[in-house]
Amino acid sequence: MSSRIIDTGAPQPVPYSDPYSGGSTDPGPDPLGQPPILSLREVRKVYATGTQEVEALRGVTLDVEQGEYVAIMGPSGSGKSTLMHILGCLDSPTSGTYSLAGSDVSGLTEAELAEVRNARIGFVFQQFNLLPSLPAWRNVELPLCYAGTPRDERRERALHALDRVGLGERVDHKPGELSGGQQQRVAVARALVTDPALLLADEPTGNLDSRSTADVLGLFAELHASGRTIVLITHEPEVAEVAERTIRVRDGLVETPAAAVPGAGALR
Amino acid sequence: MSWGETLRTALEAVRSHRMRSILTMLGILIGIAAVVLTVGLGQGAQAEVRAQIDKLGSNLLIVSPGSSTTSGVRGGRGSASTLTTDDAAMLGSQVVAPDIARVAPVTSTSSSLTAGETNWTTTVVGTTPDWLGTRARSMTSGRFLTSADLDSGALVTVLGSTTASELFGGRNAVGQSVSVNGSTLTVIGVLDTIGSSTSTDDDDQAVVPQTTMANRISTATNRAAVSTIYIEATSQETLSAAYQEAQSALLSAHRLTAATADFTLASQQGLVETATSTDRTLTVLLAGVAGISLLVGGIGVMNIMLVSVTERVREIGLRKALGATPTAVRRQFLLEASTLGLTGGVLGVAAGAAGALLLPRFLDQPVTISGLAAGGALAVSLVIGIVAGVYPASRAARLAPIDALRSE
Repeated sequence: MSSRIIDTGAPQPVPYSDPYSGGSTDPGPDPLGQPPILSLREVRKVYATGTQEVEALRGVTLDVEQGEYVAIMGPSGSGKSTLMHILGCLDSPTSGTYSLAGSDVSGLTEAELAEVRNARIGFVFQQFNLLPSLPAWRNVELPLCYAGTPRDERRERALHALDRVGLGERVDHKPGELSGGQQQRVAVARALVTDPALLLADEPTGNLDSRSTADVLGLFAELHASGRTIVLITHEPEVAEVAERTIRVRDGLVETPAAAVPGAGALR
Repeated sequence: MSWGETLRTALEAVRSHRMRSILTMLGILIGIAAVVLTVGLGQGAQAEVRAQIDKLGSNLLIVSPGSSTTSGVRGGRGSASTLTTDDAAMLGSQVVAPDIARVAPVTSTSSSLTAGETNWTTTVVGTTPDWLGTRARSMTSGRFLTSADLDSGALVTVLGSTTASELFGGRNAVGQSVSVNGSTLTVIGVLDTIGSSTSTDDDDQAVVPQTTMANRISTATNRAAVSTIYIEATSQETLSAAYQEAQSALLSAHRLTAATADFTLASQQGLVETATSTDRTLTVLLAGVAGISLLVGGIGVMNIMLVSVTERVREIGLRKALGATPTAVRRQFLLEASTLGLTGGVLGVAAGAAGALLLPRFLDQPVTISGLAAGGALAVSLVIGIVAGVYPASRAARLAPIDALRSE
């Protein structure tokens, strides 16, 4: 099983060393002494549909460092969605390990995974996925409800998060009263409200026009500049361009141009 | 997420699908209202029967003579003349039957009463002063028979209200004279109206002292024979003791065993039980039908909750992605179902109570709504909500967040 990592050569604000380029199987601490936020080792995912088994991921190994802005790209059917689900703790790998912010989450129960998602991951979806009956601020406070945060603090933090995404004036609007770009901003505020270690965006601009796309990507760039770790899943190259690094997924494997990673095929 | 927070979420979900929630509750509402109303009808009917039987006199035992046998043909109950005034006197003794308070032997015959130009055929009842209390009657005017009347065989009578008005119209009957079988009796009192409780009209009779009956009016050969002895026990609790005492006293006086008894001893309790058991059967039947409609209502709740789970797959997936544990999701849907059930139940009890107020106006039937029935109905509606919610809630809890989010 081989996995290779591509470095697109985008400018990197933090020194980044590919732990695999030297042929080592142990990523070790990075030069800043911080463990990676995301660390996947030989992750496989097999779906059983009736008698057929579909291997969606065939042994993915990758790391994402603190403060990185990474785009995951790949055609449909490449396993990129499965990868995103595993990264988001929405699904567990069939084999391999996955560490999120330093702790192994591969073997957790569903209830424990729910807590991890709640505390460490902020999701932004293509469909926005806002509850239409609730005003913007109630949508934003939702993750805090499941965290058991007191009511007053929830409202305060929700309003602050909406302010952060530039919707401080529209906290009482229901999703139906907001434009697509604004709805996605509400969703970003919801993802930020728990102050998660990772912002995971699944085709966040898939349902937006070009102006709203620029709007949302601008917001992501701002968040990245302030130190957020962002993983963005997309099939649009122009969206992937805004990230510092692009990881390409094809046929259940992470691929990289052969020239960029000498010796990478020798893993395990 | 706390229970309070979950309840708030559940209530919001119920409110946001207002029309559907109302229609779902309607099923429970109708079922609960029907149960409350039919149980109320049944209880009302039972209470009415009990009140009617109580009117006859409470704690009452009735002794009737046994059947006579003439040339091998056995007559019906009461056709023999095996009970006498001596039996009645013996039962009235504190020594023989300490649990018997009062005894009233009754001899009755149908006779024509004449007052001036008017005549009226009625039942003439010969009895003792205790009859009034034993039969739970009271006087409208005048007085009832006294021991002196009984001892002297006085020519006096107490008329039922119907008899008095048939003979004297609107005039005061007390002090007037009536003649029966050649004897002229003075009316000393009129009984209060009681209404007809059984086949006989208890307001149409003329009561005379037992001695007067035997000596002057009766045409029977055995003048000591009585047709019925009414026995009143000292209390409801001593009724069965009084029954035993009367039974054994009569058997030993007649030198008979229980198998060859020449009399029948019936208790008021038996009458009440027969009457209420008929009503109870009807109530159970009606409540069963109402219960089925309640069951259908419960299935309605389950159905709508399943639809709701299917329809809100994305919402469930989102909540899970945002950190809702399976337990939190299960709770939310259980609370939604219970809210539908309980709200339907509250409205159903209200509708049932409203029906209980309205129904007696159209139907000559009293309806009793007891707190127990209402409370029970509420508990049942809550249980139905919970039971109907369990399966949909566990389906919602089991949904994988990815599958849920993926669905369009």
